[in-house]
Amino acid sequence: MTLSSKLCGLAAGLAAATLIGSAAMAFEPEQTECIAPANPGGGWDFTCRQVGKTMQDLGLVPGTMQVTNLAGGGGGVAYAEVVNKRNDDSDLIVAASTATATRLAQGAYPGNTMEDVRWIGSVGADYGIIAVAKDSPVNTLPELMDKVKNDPTSVAFAGGSAVGGWDHLKVLIVAEKSGIEDARKVKYVAFDGGGEAVTQLLAGSVQAFTGDASEAKGFVDSGDIKVLAVLSPDRLEGDFSQFPTAKEQGIDAVGANWRGFYGPGGMTDDAYDYWVGAIGAVYNSEEWKKIMETNGLAPLDLQGAAFQDFVAQSISQIQDISREIGLIK
Amino acid sequence: MDVFSSLAHGFAVALTFQNIFLALIGCFLGTIIGALPGLGPSNGVAILIPLAFSLGLDATAALILLTSVYYGAMYGGRISSILLNIPGDEPALMTTLDGYPMARKGQAGEALSISGIASFVGAFFATWGLVFLAPQLVKVALLFGPAEYFALFALAFATLGGVSSTNQAKAAFAAALGLGIAMIGVDGQTGVPRFAFGEVHLYDGIDFLVAIVGLFALSEVLIFLEHRGDGSGEGKHAQVGMGRIVPSWSMIRFCTPAMLRSTVLGFVAGVLPGAGASLGSFLAYSTEKAVSDREGTFGKGDVRGVAAPEAGNNAAAGGALVPMLALGVPGSGTTAVLLAVLLSLNITPGPLLFQQNPDVVWGLIAALFIGNLMLLAMNIPMVGMFARVLMIPPRFLMPIVAMVSFVGIYGISGSTFDLLVMVVFGVLGWGLRKLDVPLVPVILGILLGNLMEANLRRAMTISDGDWSVLVSSPLAVGLWIVAIVGFVLPIVVGKALKNRMHMAKEEPGSTVD
Repeated sequence: MTLSSKLCGLAAGLAAATLIGSAAMAFEPEQTECIAPANPGGGWDFTCRQVGKTMQDLGLVPGTMQVTNLAGGGGGVAYAEVVNKRNDDSDLIVAASTATATRLAQGAYPGNTMEDVRWIGSVGADYGIIAVAKDSPVNTLPELMDKVKNDPTSVAFAGGSAVGGWDHLKVLIVAEKSGIEDARKVKYVAFDGGGEAVTQLLAGSVQAFTGDASEAKGFVDSGDIKVLAVLSPDRLEGDFSQFPTAKEQGIDAVGANWRGFYGPGGMTDDAYDYWVGAIGAVYNSEEWKKIMETNGLAPLDLQGAAFQDFVAQSISQIQDISREIGLIK
Repeated sequence: MDVFSSLAHGFAVALTFQNIFLALIGCFLGTIIGALPGLGPSNGVAILIPLAFSLGLDATAALILLTSVYYGAMYGGRISSILLNIPGDEPALMTTLDGYPMARKGQAGEALSISGIASFVGAFFATWGLVFLAPQLVKVALLFGPAEYFALFALAFATLGGVSSTNQAKAAFAAALGLGIAMIGVDGQTGVPRFAFGEVHLYDGIDFLVAIVGLFALSEVLIFLEHRGDGSGEGKHAQVGMGRIVPSWSMIRFCTPAMLRSTVLGFVAGVLPGAGASLGSFLAYSTEKAVSDREGTFGKGDVRGVAAPEAGNNAAAGGALVPMLALGVPGSGTTAVLLAVLLSLNITPGPLLFQQNPDVVWGLIAALFIGNLMLLAMNIPMVGMFARVLMIPPRFLMPIVAMVSFVGIYGISGSTFDLLVMVVFGVLGWGLRKLDVPLVPVILGILLGNLMEANLRRAMTISDGDWSVLVSSPLAVGLWIVAIVGFVLPIVVGKALKNRMHMAKEEPGSTVD
């Protein structure tokens, strides 16, 4: 009996820890919460936890910021939950990224649009890279794309997102900009996350890798993979500065996986301003600069209205590409 | 610098008062989290991340706490498998097969303690494997492309039939049902949702934890409710006895070969990213059954059937740390969480981790040894306490099981939709039990079906639709041969065995899932 009641007590405690949802309306935050719309371990989870920890260290929020994992539907479950059930919650922010924009653009959150929530700000961007194994004969991006042009079956790109997801779209953007007419012929193999995709590149199952700079950092440092191009407008800082951009090589393709936050659409203006300020303060802090550096995040400093515009623009760009390659009608 | 001086350095890092205390807390919480149905190692670790952060722990201390929880949960999962026939987490699934029958025979104490020892053996040798073999083992992971993974999962399914039921047709039906359920959700290779009916909650597919808790725990509650009036539900648990708390030396010796074989298999399965502990314990059990089941006692309370999967899944837990630390690729849900923790502590796992952060790596490994010893010391004396759960009358126990199930599942996903799915699975499990269809293959179908399909599709995309890619490497061919032998052999030699099994069969109504 004593054991089972102990078990229950623990279970109830654990459950309570994940169920924090206060209805505070003031812009003085009380029990802050960050929803990571995925299981622990992914990019959104990382964004919530890192930003939450930094806010806590900087004293921007009282106590700790609660991170809730609300997985499902590639972020769609969390999106619907926020729009339908927690529209007035001013203590809540939700991690988002290019993947969120991609799904909104492709209509994969049934019934929801970007206007349903308030876009708060970005905390950095993870630029895309195209890489090959270190012993690959290919040395530049145009060389790789020429191979694809001559024989699309000769190069399989591995990425961590599903078909139509951001890792796939990056390859398509590059293919389009390098003059490949039927982008649908480009071979893309979807793996469970960038780590698995890099592993398969090393194993020799695939010929090229498409992913984010941060996913590949460990392998770049060890010299196991050769980065052909970074999909950024200018060269990145730090370790990645040695790698040329696609633009330098005559292929004008940019692919940034931004990371940021949205909040409920019914959040008060005071609360919105508070969160915009808090995200801005995190972004400008020394702690965050260090986190960005160690994780290969590049600068992308957009808050409030500027961020809202940026997301809208990014959605319409993804819509255009998706339409061109027939992913949506 | 050789391995031993590194390890000694690691112990110097780990053996501080604070770290030992954290390991103790982690082991204790982990055991309880593992034992609770629905809460497995990955949620356990995830739940404690905020604690690690808010205590302001440094990287090594945080990792020590979280990996103790991880190892603890791998130990704890067996407890409810054995006592209640409800797997505490997915790798403990196979332990129900012989653990619960043992408990029903009045050997709950022995089942718990031998599985505790098996867990120790598996985890202990796996940690040594991590120390000596991590760099080499990474190369093993690189031998596995999509075609090889597909062959590996095919092997698992080929040996499935013999594992969990005396009725092959029902086992095959159960596996097919699981495979069907695995098809729900967005298809990664085309981005198209399947069987989701426009319901966004179904886009990510069915979470196997929801399925496990529904099929095992809720159906148990439903069965109890059904028999409430006629006394048979009450009688069922009352039969369960505790037995000895410490197993005899002869029993330990009897299980030693099983533990060692399973440790090797489990460790290798753990090293492969995307295979993990569930496959480890499954392969350990099915291999052990193929190798040692001369009298047809597996599935009826054979002590080796408890030792093998527990050694296997704990070895796999150690093995899964290899690709996480050395490649930065998580081999399981839990290591994915640990990876995220490493990243948020500004440590980049990958090929250079051992050189760049030796304190973290070796401190962690030393902590694993310490935690493992603690878990053994903690688990054996606690067997008597755990086993006392069985003395709770079912009319109190079953509502608690139901409550823990609901709270646990809601705690993972925070979604009421998952609760409904769980209830559906509960009713399904109740129906399947009435039809005497084994539940374990259903879960294995859900668990491995997705991975098997995804790898087949990847292999076909890479080869432009050429099926010969599936047998294009010696490793793949080897796996196929083992799969075919594993499938055919029981049919050929199993006949005589089966007859004996029928003779030895217990009362027909027993739920030997």
